[in-house]
Amino acid sequence: MALSRRARVSLRVLALGYLVALLLIPLTLIFYRTFEDGLTAFWAQVTTPAAISAISLSLTIVAIVVPLNVVFGIVTALALARGRFRGRSIVQAIVDLPFAVSPVIVGVSLILLWGTGGWLGGVAESGFQVIFSLPGMVLATIFVTLPFVVREVEPVLQEIGDEQEEAAATLGASRMQTFWRITLPAIRWGLFYGIVLTVARALGEFGALLVVSGGVSGESQTLTLLVHARYIDDHNVFGAYAASTVLMAFALVTLLLMTTLDRRRETA
Amino acid sequence: MISVHGVRKQFGDFTALGDVSLEVAEGSLTALLGPSGSGKSTLLRIIGGLERPDAGTVLIDGEDVTNVPPQRRGIGFVFQHYAAFRHMTVRDNVAFGLRVRKESKARIRDRTSELLGIVGLAGYSERYPNQLSGGQRQRMALARALAVEPRVLLLDEPFGALDAKVRAELREWLRRLHEEVHVTTLLVTHDQEEAMSIADKIAVMDHARIEQVGRPRELYDAPANRFVAGFLGPVSQLGDRLVRPHDIVISVDHVDDGLQAMVSRVIHLGFEVRVELTLADGEPVAAQVTRNASDELELASGDIVWLRAATTSELAPDQPGESPSASSQAIQPIRPPVSTSSASAA
Repeated sequence: MALSRRARVSLRVLALGYLVALLLIPLTLIFYRTFEDGLTAFWAQVTTPAAISAISLSLTIVAIVVPLNVVFGIVTALALARGRFRGRSIVQAIVDLPFAVSPVIVGVSLILLWGTGGWLGGVAESGFQVIFSLPGMVLATIFVTLPFVVREVEPVLQEIGDEQEEAAATLGASRMQTFWRITLPAIRWGLFYGIVLTVARALGEFGALLVVSGGVSGESQTLTLLVHARYIDDHNVFGAYAASTVLMAFALVTLLLMTTLDRRRETA
Repeated sequence: MISVHGVRKQFGDFTALGDVSLEVAEGSLTALLGPSGSGKSTLLRIIGGLERPDAGTVLIDGEDVTNVPPQRRGIGFVFQHYAAFRHMTVRDNVAFGLRVRKESKARIRDRTSELLGIVGLAGYSERYPNQLSGGQRQRMALARALAVEPRVLLLDEPFGALDAKVRAELREWLRRLHEEVHVTTLLVTHDQEEAMSIADKIAVMDHARIEQVGRPRELYDAPANRFVAGFLGPVSQLGDRLVRPHDIVISVDHVDDGLQAMVSRVIHLGFEVRVELTLADGEPVAAQVTRNASDELELASGDIVWLRAATTSELAPDQPGESPSASSQAIQPIRPPVSTSSASAA
């Protein structure tokens, strides 16, 4: 059924208006508030010891989580796309679990497992602090970001099929050669989006970290926790805006960086 | 040379191959012909090492490769849907096998250029596969497979994804290429015309078995059974005899050993004319005559005519229904014409 010109235009206006009102305006407002008083005020807020510590902690978590998720995500996606094993549908469901489970529950369950009296609580007693420390925060972040690489890579693997890999094998390529020269380049777009989503989600995770981190300023406070602490506890509204802007900037930089990287590889 | 002995393959409850044996002569171009699901692609993939047989052995040039991975079989494999490496240029696709073998740069360059020349893609070396037509992609895939100088070339429905015109051109081209390169080639196809026009030898498969192996002409003239007869070309049942439609002689005058029939339809197909008739017992039968013959007979629907089979034209009338046990290598002898038909020869 063809829509009239008027209907088409009003549909577009509606869709655009929806995006602008719900996404663009709130985010722009934060940017506006952040730079309202000039760059100096912003700079002062994001270079406090607490802010620097939060930024480096957030980036450290990302730096640990992304490689782990890439390796695990590719292996799982390969198993799901290529393997014919029993319980495949169960694995599919488990991979999607983090989408369904609220991050707060993730945090609580991690404390149950690793905290004092938990099944693996003994690890902490022997001196390796998990809860209220970096390992716990990494675990929580892995939990919530686990599906992204798998879910982006698996359909690409399904779509390309295994003919290219079979062709490589008949041409003499070993499994490793086939993976590096054929499979990985073929899935790179899916992997790229999976990584971008993982980075964005890892930077933005709040609920699970709030529970497992303890949120000690300068020690176990990520950027999101800093925003929260400044806004709610310190009533430092401007500081919260500034930290939010840094958070958004990181996500944006990730997206731009990876796009340019991939374009360069394409033309090389 | 490829030798397959007693190969079986089961996918769950489905028997893909039931005790199949086959010899592909050195330097020959052999076609594996059969309907879809007959097991021909599975057999090819087992020879290529992409599937493992449940039982049986595969030998390439006398070497038992049953447990050798595809990487070390010395094969070239061409897939129906090209399996082009989409992120590589045409040149890199062709060079792939040489690169993973760590050949020298100079050797890779020379060999790749040589092959791109042979397959007529010299001007396309820096393009990506998605910038090529289907026929060009398949020629690239052939060059890629030939670059590593395989002992045998395995082609799985190589022209199946192409339109009819390109298919016919590539068929012709492959035939000429084979005459130049002379690598032992096994080609899977469900298109009998393709098999007849390209292959020195054809192995006809049905229901997980090889029904008959022979030269195209032998299979056409002396099919081992009804299935082979019907798969290689149209057949008509004339009384208790099976003949090709073009071997039916139509006469408007009564002939003693002829069968009476009524013309129901005359279809002009250019040079050939297809005549659909109904025998006295109500069975339909189709005959094929030349345009000249049809004009002389002045056939029109409703005419009463007499049909008989041309001499030495009888196929395999005594093996209707289920095919007999597969004899993979034996070529059935050409059956002598039945006496009634030779006595009536005009």
